[in-house]
Amino acid sequence: MAYSDKVVDHYNHPRNVGSLDKNDPSVGTGLVGAPECGDVMKLQMKINPETQVIEEAKFKTFGCGSAIASSSLATEWVKGKTVEEALSIKNTDIVRELALPPVKIHCSVLAEDAIKAAISDWKRKNTEVEKPAASSAAGQS
Amino acid sequence: MAVKLPIYMDNHATTPVDPRVVETMLPYFTEVFGNAASRNHEFGWKAEEGVERGREQVAKLVGATPKEIIWTSGATESDNLAIKGVAEMYREKGNHIITEVTEHKAVLDTCKRLEKDGFEVTYLPVQKDGRVDLDGLRKAITPKTILITIMYANNEIGVVQPVAEIGAIAKEKGVFFHVDGVQAVGKIPVDVNKDNIDILSISAHKLYGPKGVGALYVRRRNPRVQLAAIIDGGGHERGMRSGTLNVTGIVGFGKACELCQQEMPTESVRLRGLRDRLKDAIFSQLDEVFVNGSMTYRLPNNLNISFAYVEGESMLMGINDIAVSSGSACTSATLEPSYVLKALGVGEDLAHTSIRFGLGRFNTQEEVDYVAARVIETVKRLRELSPLYEMAKEGVDMSKMQWNTH
Repeated sequence: MAYSDKVVDHYNHPRNVGSLDKNDPSVGTGLVGAPECGDVMKLQMKINPETQVIEEAKFKTFGCGSAIASSSLATEWVKGKTVEEALSIKNTDIVRELALPPVKIHCSVLAEDAIKAAISDWKRKNTEVEKPAASSAAGQS
Repeated sequence: MAVKLPIYMDNHATTPVDPRVVETMLPYFTEVFGNAASRNHEFGWKAEEGVERGREQVAKLVGATPKEIIWTSGATESDNLAIKGVAEMYREKGNHIITEVTEHKAVLDTCKRLEKDGFEVTYLPVQKDGRVDLDGLRKAITPKTILITIMYANNEIGVVQPVAEIGAIAKEKGVFFHVDGVQAVGKIPVDVNKDNIDILSISAHKLYGPKGVGALYVRRRNPRVQLAAIIDGGGHERGMRSGTLNVTGIVGFGKACELCQQEMPTESVRLRGLRDRLKDAIFSQLDEVFVNGSMTYRLPNNLNISFAYVEGESMLMGINDIAVSSGSACTSATLEPSYVLKALGVGEDLAHTSIRFGLGRFNTQEEVDYVAARVIETVKRLRELSPLYEMAKEGVDMSKMQWNTH
């Protein structure tokens, strides 16, 4: 199979590879896919609780070149975005950007799932600590 | 020493035609172009001479007599003719066929078609090392069994079956024994008499001959095997396979067999040495790598390794100056991981990480060293990228995790 130049570029020079401390309350971790299916993506984001801006994003992916490229692109795109903006990223945007063929569309779906999973992990972590933080923030305003 | 790139190490898929074979074939395109079935002029006679020389050369390689060799278009046709030919010819005797789960699709799909046609097929499992269990085979034989079809060596893992023992059981039970010999013939000694083989499929392009030509050995005595033809026409090849013979291909096939026979004693030792060198290099530099299938009963040119936590297609992309294959789902037409590895009990997670190396006549030690270095470097790089490798290193038991399979 021939890969698009963009997929090859992300595969050869993946952006934002690595891991963030999953125990840090400001870090959301999304782990999607399954080893038996041949692809697993781990996407992590460090989110500023005040601004809700994604300040840092890291990934690690077990999967084909298109899966690696999709997750690498996802980290590039979410960085600097707010949580709401990141949630609006659609798998079809990834398909278009990377010119993925039909058999590789599931890679883009996985990347979208990874973004959503990381954000919901972050939200879950912050529901308990959020209240006092939110009230103090409200008090200041 | 610099190696020439890309490197071809996928010799189970096909092999390049040996230049000595090409040279033998060339006159048959232009000067000796006759139809081997033209009985009344020089052009036909010369073509027939070439065909008959080829028949002798192919027969000699497998210990057969020339009259027992039938020309086909390739091993897929040979497998079809053998299995369907026996099924139709001996249907009154019985309707049961025994095969194994790791056969090539040319055998499995032919058996599946016969099942639709009222035949019963037993698909024997294989053991962890990839070999069939002889007791299991014995137990599977019924009075209705007319054919056992088991491959000599597997195309993915190179595992060699106990063919002579299976042949002895078949003989004892009065059941015909067909062998798909595609990967084995020309690489290791195959002898239709010592191995008790009744029907044997052979392909030219797997042994440095041209594509589009194959052969079927069909035993003429003790016992005599008759096959119903699947292609009707001019009654060529003792009525078993009509169609104008591919004279050029046959001449090349014959020459290729002759060369394999001459060079096998030294070539098999050389290839085994190179294969082991590749394996040793990989195993000395990488952890969590596993050989799929028996190392003892294996073709000398085959290596099939799972590189845990590194998906096969991404691996192929990383070593794109080397031609090898993967059992990963992403590289298969069906999007399923290798059914052969699954049959060995290799988990799907590891099947996705498997790479098949198929060494051949034209591979050198320099190439093997280059391939080993590239593979090691690529696995290390991709493991840095692999969340699974990271989890394994943290001691996470991934088999106990809840994965959201999709």
